[in-house]
Amino acid sequence: MAFVQNVPFFSIMLCMASGIAGAMVPGRVARWWTAALSAIVAALNLWLLCYLVPLGESYTYMMGHFPAPWGNELRAGPLEALLAVCFSLIMLLSVLGGMAKLNQQVDRKKINVVCVMLDLVLAAMMSMIYTNDLFTAYVFIEIMTLTSCALIVCRQNGRSLVSAMRYMIMSLLGSGLLLIAISMTYNLTGHLLMENIHESFVELYQTGEYAMPLTVVIGLFFVGLGIKSALYPFHTWLPDAYGYTTPTSSAVLSSIVSKAYLFLLVKIFYRVIGPELLIENHALNLPFLFGVVGMVMGSVNAIFSHDLRRMVAFSSIAHIGYIYAGLGLGTLAGFAAALYHMLTHAFAKSGLFIAASSLADASGDSKRFSDLRGAGFRNPAAGVCFVFGSLSLVGVPLLGGFVSKLYLGDAALGRGGLHMWVMLVALALSTLLNTLYFLKTVITLYRPPREGFVPPPAPPNRLGNATLWIFAALNLLVGLLASPIMDAIKQGLSLFA
Amino acid sequence: MKSLSSLRKRFEAWMLEDDSPLDAEIGRGLEAPVGDEARQWSADAFVHLETAAEDSRLALMEEEHRSYERLHAWYERRGAKLVNRVYRVMAVVVLLMVVFFLMSTVVALPPFGAADNPYNNEVSERYIEKGVEETGAVNFVAGMILDYRAFDTFGESTVLFVAACSVILLLKLGEHKPDEPPTPAMLEAEYDDRHHEPKNDAVLQLAARVLTPVILIFGVYVILNGHLSPGGGFSGGAIMGAGLMLYLNAFGFQKTERFFTYRTFRWATFLPLMTYAGLKSYSFFMGANHLQSGIPLGIPGEILSSGLILPLNICVGLIVTCTMYGFYTLFRKGGM
Repeated sequence: MAFVQNVPFFSIMLCMASGIAGAMVPGRVARWWTAALSAIVAALNLWLLCYLVPLGESYTYMMGHFPAPWGNELRAGPLEALLAVCFSLIMLLSVLGGMAKLNQQVDRKKINVVCVMLDLVLAAMMSMIYTNDLFTAYVFIEIMTLTSCALIVCRQNGRSLVSAMRYMIMSLLGSGLLLIAISMTYNLTGHLLMENIHESFVELYQTGEYAMPLTVVIGLFFVGLGIKSALYPFHTWLPDAYGYTTPTSSAVLSSIVSKAYLFLLVKIFYRVIGPELLIENHALNLPFLFGVVGMVMGSVNAIFSHDLRRMVAFSSIAHIGYIYAGLGLGTLAGFAAALYHMLTHAFAKSGLFIAASSLADASGDSKRFSDLRGAGFRNPAAGVCFVFGSLSLVGVPLLGGFVSKLYLGDAALGRGGLHMWVMLVALALSTLLNTLYFLKTVITLYRPPREGFVPPPAPPNRLGNATLWIFAALNLLVGLLASPIMDAIKQGLSLFA
Repeated sequence: MKSLSSLRKRFEAWMLEDDSPLDAEIGRGLEAPVGDEARQWSADAFVHLETAAEDSRLALMEEEHRSYERLHAWYERRGAKLVNRVYRVMAVVVLLMVVFFLMSTVVALPPFGAADNPYNNEVSERYIEKGVEETGAVNFVAGMILDYRAFDTFGESTVLFVAACSVILLLKLGEHKPDEPPTPAMLEAEYDDRHHEPKNDAVLQLAARVLTPVILIFGVYVILNGHLSPGGGFSGGAIMGAGLMLYLNAFGFQKTERFFTYRTFRWATFLPLMTYAGLKSYSFFMGANHLQSGIPLGIPGEILSSGLILPLNICVGLIVTCTMYGFYTLFRKGGM
C-alpha cells in the first residue's frame, strides 16, 4: 500500500483533532489554524488526486484491524479526492474572506468555538465524502447538523436565532427520516456497507421480495436528504438561515454543508441502490420533478426579494434544483453533470456570499438595492467577484455555469423522451429568470449612487479583497478546466458502480 | 397595449428598485418645484390642486380604514377559526398518510426475531462467535462499539463535544474577574439562581450526602467494568453526571466550584477526546497498513484486559459526565 493512500484517514483525523483542540486555544490562534488546516487538507487531497487519476482506480481503506463488513471502512477514488480538494479550498477561502466580519460580529471570547465548528464541518465533509458505510455517514450527519446550527447562531441577533431554530427543526426531521431509512435498510439487507447493501438490493429486486419497503426506503432517503439540502418544497428554512448570519457561515453552509448531503445522496443513489434499479423503479422521477420545479420557483422567489443576501440565498434553491434534476435523469451523464454543477455552484455561491457582505459594507452596512448603487466602484474586488459569480450562474461562456448547463442539456438529450423536453424547457426558463435577477443586481452595482447618498467608508480589508479576486479567478478556472474535471468525475462515477 | 405599457413600467420600477414616487418625494430638495411647472404660477390653481389632493387622500383613507375594519372583523369572527381549522385538518390528514405508509411498511418488513432474517448473517455471526477472542472483551457489545467500529463511536463522542460547544456558544456568560464589576447578565443569572433554586433544603441535602458518593462510585464501577459486564462509558458517564447534578442541586455552586470549575470542564473534555483520537489513530493506522499494533489483549474476564477498550471506556465516560453536567449548569446559570 502506498503511503499516499493514508490521506483520507489523515485528513479526517487532523480535522477532528483540530476541532477538539480549538476549544482550548485563544480565538486568534484558532482562526488562523482553521485556515491553515483547510490549506493542509486541500494539499494532501491534491496529492491523492494526482496519484489516483493516472492510476484510474479506487481503493478501500480499513479503519483498524478488522476488514470491511465488521470494522469501519473508507473508500477513495478520483471523484472523492477531487471533491475533497475543491471543498477544502472553498473552506479556506470562506474563512479568509469572512475573517474580518467574523471578528466584528462574533463575541471575541467565542471565536474559537466558531472555529471548532468550522473544523468539524470540514471533518464531517471529509468523512461523508470518503466513508463506505451508511452508519458512519449518519454519525457525521449528526455532527454536520449540530455544527451548522451553531454556525448560524454564532452571530447572536434575533433573526439568526429564529432562523437557526427553524433550521434545526427541519434538519432534525431530515435526520430522523434518514435514520429510519438506514435502519430499514439494515433490517432488509443485514448490512451497512455500501457494496453489500447494493448486492442485497439487486437480489431483493429480482426476487420481488419486500418490494414495498424497498420503495419506501428509497423515498425516505430522498426526502430526508432533500430536506437537509433544501430541495424546493422543503426549502423554507434556507433564505433566513443563509441571509442573516456571518458571511463565512453563509458561504460554508451553502457551499459545503448542503453539498455534503447532496454527495451522500449521489452515493446512495448510485452506489447503494444503483441507477438501473432506480430507473426501473421510476423512483428517480420524484427528484427530477422536484428539481425542475425548484429550478423555476427558486428563481421566481429571488426576483421578488429586496435584500441582496436573501436574493443570493433564493438563487441557491434554484441551483439545488438543477442538481436534483440532473440526478433525476438517472444516466451516467446526468449524474456527472449534476456533480459538475455542484462544484460550479459551490465556487460561485461562496464567492457571492462573501462579495455580497463586502458590498454591503461598502454601502453603509445596508443590503437594500437602492443603497447598493455604485458599490461596485466603491469596492472593485467585491464588484468583480460578484460579477464573475453571477455570470457563471447565469451561464456565460468560459465560466463554470455555462459548462454545467451545457452538460445538463447534453445529458437531457441523451436521456430522450419526456424527460428531455421538460429538462430543456426548464433550463431555458430558469436561465432566463437567472439572467433577470443577476443582471439587475450587476447593473445596480455599477449605477451612479443615489443623489446625496454618501456611505461611510468601509474599513480596509486587504485579506478579504485578495480572497475575492481568487474567487473570481476560480469561477473562470472551473470553466476553463471543465474537461479534465469532467473526466475525473466520470472516471470516479464509473468506479462507483 | 395598455397592459403592455404598464408591464413595462412595472419592469422598470423593479429594475431601478428605488424610483417609486414616494422615494422621489422624500429625496426632493425643499426649493425644487413640485409637479407640472406651468400650473404652479397661479396661486388659485395651486390651492385648488391642494384641496383636491387632500380630499381624495381623506376619501382614500376612509375607504382603507373601512375595508380594514371589515377584514379585521371578519378575521376575528370567522377567519382565524377557519384558517386554524383548515390547517389542523390538513396537518392531521398528512400525518395520517405518513403513519399509514410507515405502518404498512413496518408490517411488510421481516418479522421481528425470526431466525432466517436478513440481519442474521455473517456479520453478526462473527461478532458473536469470535468477538471475545478478537477483542478480548467479555461484553462483546463493548468490543463492537469500541474496537470493531471504534471510528463510529469516536464520531458519537464528538457529537457530545459539539453539542456542549454549541450550548457554550449560546448560553455561556463571560467569566467574572475579581477586579471588574459583574455585568448585568451575570447579576441576573445569579439572582435567578438564588431565587428559584432550593437553598439549604435539609431533606435534599441529607439525601444527597448519602446518595452522591454511592452514585459516583457506582458510575466509576460501570465505566471500569464496561468490557466485562453490561455498561460502559456512555451509561457510566450518565450515572456520574447525574450524581454531580444531585450534589449541585443540594449544595449550590459554591460547593461544586471547589472541585469542578469551567477550567476543569474544558480540560476534562479535551484530554479524553484527544486521548481517544490519539490511541485510535495509532490503531487505525497500524491496522490499515497491516502492521502489528502490539497492544496486548490480556486474558478475557480480567479487569486489565481487552486492549484499548478499557482506556477508551474511561475517556468516553469522562466526556459524557462532563457534557451532562455542563449542559445542566449552562442551562441553569450560563456558567459553572
